[in-house]
Amino acid sequence: MNITLTHLQRLEAESIHIFREVAAVFAKPVMLYSVGKDSSVLMHLAMKAFYPAKPPFPFLHVDTTWKFREMIAFRDQMAQKLGFDLLVHVNEDGVRDNINPFDHGSNTHTHVMKTVALRQALDKYGFDAAFGGARRDEEKSRAKERIFSFRNAQHVWDPKNQRPEMWKIFNTRIASGESIRVFPLSNWTELDIWQYILQEDIPIVPLYFAKERPVVERDGMLILKDDERMQLQPGETVENRLVRFRTLGCYPLTGAIESDADTLEAIVGEMLTARTSERQGRLIDRDEAGSMEKKKREGYF
Amino acid sequence: MRHILAKSLAPTDGVRDYMAAQEKKSLLRFLTCGSVDDGKSTLIGRLLSDTKQIFEDQLAALERDSRKHGTTGDDIDFALLVDGLEAEREQGITIDVAYRFFATPKRKFIVADTPGHEQYTRNMATGASTADLAIVLIDARQGVLRQTRRHSIIASLLGIRHVVLAVNKIDLVGFDKAVFERIIEDYRQFSHKLGFETIVPIPMSARYGDNVTSRSDKTDWYSGPTLIEHLETVSVDEAAVELPFRFPVQYVNRPNLDFRGFAGTIASGSVSQGDEVVVAKSGKSSHVRRIVAHGGDLDQAVAGQAITLVLDDEVEVSRGNMLVSPAARPQVADQFAANIVWFDEHALLPGRSYILRTETDQTSATVTDLKYRVNVNDFAHEAAKSLEMNEVGICNLSTRAPIAFDTFGENRTTGAFILIDRITNATVGAGMLLHSLRRAENIHWQSLDVGKRGRADMKNQRSAVFWFTGLSGSGKSTIANLFEKKLFATGRHTYILDGDNVRHGLNRDLGFTDADRVENIRRVAEVARLMADAGLIVIVSFISPFSAERRMARELMADGEFVEVFVDTPFEECARRDPKGLYARALNGEIKNFTGVDSPYEAPENPEIHLRTLGKTAEEMVEALELWLNERDIAEDQYDSGGGI
Repeated sequence: MNITLTHLQRLEAESIHIFREVAAVFAKPVMLYSVGKDSSVLMHLAMKAFYPAKPPFPFLHVDTTWKFREMIAFRDQMAQKLGFDLLVHVNEDGVRDNINPFDHGSNTHTHVMKTVALRQALDKYGFDAAFGGARRDEEKSRAKERIFSFRNAQHVWDPKNQRPEMWKIFNTRIASGESIRVFPLSNWTELDIWQYILQEDIPIVPLYFAKERPVVERDGMLILKDDERMQLQPGETVENRLVRFRTLGCYPLTGAIESDADTLEAIVGEMLTARTSERQGRLIDRDEAGSMEKKKREGYF
Repeated sequence: MRHILAKSLAPTDGVRDYMAAQEKKSLLRFLTCGSVDDGKSTLIGRLLSDTKQIFEDQLAALERDSRKHGTTGDDIDFALLVDGLEAEREQGITIDVAYRFFATPKRKFIVADTPGHEQYTRNMATGASTADLAIVLIDARQGVLRQTRRHSIIASLLGIRHVVLAVNKIDLVGFDKAVFERIIEDYRQFSHKLGFETIVPIPMSARYGDNVTSRSDKTDWYSGPTLIEHLETVSVDEAAVELPFRFPVQYVNRPNLDFRGFAGTIASGSVSQGDEVVVAKSGKSSHVRRIVAHGGDLDQAVAGQAITLVLDDEVEVSRGNMLVSPAARPQVADQFAANIVWFDEHALLPGRSYILRTETDQTSATVTDLKYRVNVNDFAHEAAKSLEMNEVGICNLSTRAPIAFDTFGENRTTGAFILIDRITNATVGAGMLLHSLRRAENIHWQSLDVGKRGRADMKNQRSAVFWFTGLSGSGKSTIANLFEKKLFATGRHTYILDGDNVRHGLNRDLGFTDADRVENIRRVAEVARLMADAGLIVIVSFISPFSAERRMARELMADGEFVEVFVDTPFEECARRDPKGLYARALNGEIKNFTGVDSPYEAPENPEIHLRTLGKTAEEMVEALELWLNERDIAEDQYDSGGGI
């Protein structure tokens, strides 16, 4: 017999294996659902892994209150359609102090509304394993991370002292209060993600497709004016341009790209000729060298 | 890849065609290894750059970083592309493995860039465990080094059969053919024992790109392939699909009473609807009714696929078991020999209990015999009492429950395991199974007609093991003796196992090294277990300084039978009392490895009974013990029968 699995089949099998391993071993897992394309793929794989059952864990969205409105609408629609258990957590302390990306900058905003919020949610529910959609090709500190990545009781990652990870034999043992972050998409590339979305016809937020949208040029990025909270600065104007997003986060921190790719095929075609990385559109990565590693050590996904 | 497509592909046309072509590409997973500063990270940076895998913004960041942390003057320092951790960039070294992804028109690649420092060998092993080919880098000026050998041995043990010998920095020896050939000769001399199928030497300069993706005009004496040509064409197919069917059960999917599916990833072989399969550990047989997958059942599935099987019969199968081909079954044993690579700074000690984990199974295991350690310089087999960090050895292991496995030589998935420390949960070692030991097959447990309960009932008591731990001179023996007298007076059947006394007989051959202390406790724990089985109340009075061994002893006994008694007397008080004059000698340096002086005592965190001895009499403490025992017996009797005996 000579049957060779395709590249995407191999990646899919690896991810499903990881999902099942967590479900079999951990007492209280959760899937971090960030509504982006990687989360969409992760959700699709989770559905496959446990078919005909539903995934035996809830999905958690850490809402910074600054996500694109279309993301929130899509999130609620997916939860209803697929019938999964959706938890939404907001850092109420941050809301009370009116922490926002415009006044406090991306660093403080991300720390308070994402990193701290995530730690709050994990502690509140007592989750011992959390799936995330991070890929090793995204960023160079992520390229170093294990698939099963240990966190101490303070949610801290110690990159200099990671557990060896041999074969597909995962060390899932933790003491009380400790947890594991699990990355089923570790070995996928951005291109793999798009090809898989195309192959499997996975629903994604419409913001990934090109459309005329009202944007403001600021700090060399095209920012979508998603609501009235965004104040124009002197000299700035709102223009309707044909744009789409390669990656989605908080709208004031996520740059659009000019593009006419309005189908999945066109997006993959555009990917193949791209000359910049997807994280180029993320303001938070540019703050300082090693900034992703620093955020991750503090508990960011 | 990207630059090629940019020219050849209009945005939407042909995307599906392109994808179809991508799907047919094979994948090669390889690692770069070798000694520190041989240029591993630089080589990967060069590969990524020359195959146009670096985006413009990444290149800009790299140029910035090179000015700040670079070690290559005005040139771009490619190592900074992969050395992704802050500590790595600051120190200019690689600490942990980085995974990078690239593709050429012919193949896709996942490369693991692994560290060269000996102290990070475990991270090199991590990268090697999933690779099919190793690029062993050698600095042409340095030749074959100790780490070159160590990494080659580990790569070989982990099942890698293909090696590229990258003789790097050839520019720094004037592109000298003689240097190249001497290094090949040196490498072949030692590596012929390692069982590599191919060793392809290539002279190169990762920094300047000679023979990496393009042929160098400075090595006209070299006629072999460039690195990328070789990586694109080397055949590493292991054909796991040709091996017997192995399906380690990972997860039992039971959403409702009508569906019971066994989920897992096929480790080898293939399975079709209707096939007969056997449960490895029980030998029970059944047939495959359905191969369930999202989107419709499959007729057939092969190695590498993650599927869910539904069987015809209600056979007992749980996680950790394996469904296998009836014609070629795996071994099932609780004693076997294995190669072990040790990762932890605390040495492997024979007799200590670890957690053994295969892909889906888990049990506790002890090394019963460390047969030898392999010297990485000359492969000599050396006698050893322990295996230190980064060492490799062959051991016999004994597990608490049998596991199903193949030898690692036959099957890389079902022949591997890891060892985990019981206290820290660290991954302390990796194992490759060699063969089961005949002993396990020949010795079966005899099922005996008279049981523990019956023996204890006849004595009108419940079995118990009171395990006294504490520093020398803390009062263990005094309290134990008094406790036994009291029990004896009330008609109980008892026995004291005392540390000093046992060392005169059963454990006469043991000294005071960590390894011997572990074995000392193991033997005493086994004796205590037999005595408890005979229905006795056993009092063990041993310093027993390590929590791992006390936990091992606890796990040998039935639930509720093991009573850890912490005789808690401060070190200063013990040294002051010094009933045998030992502290004075130890503090003078006359006795080595003395607990509390130059050997650690790990105090129990949750003992059943905690005796703080300062200011109390032995009688008071024995009363506490008696009270505990009476309460337990009353509670157990009520639980058992709702009344007294």
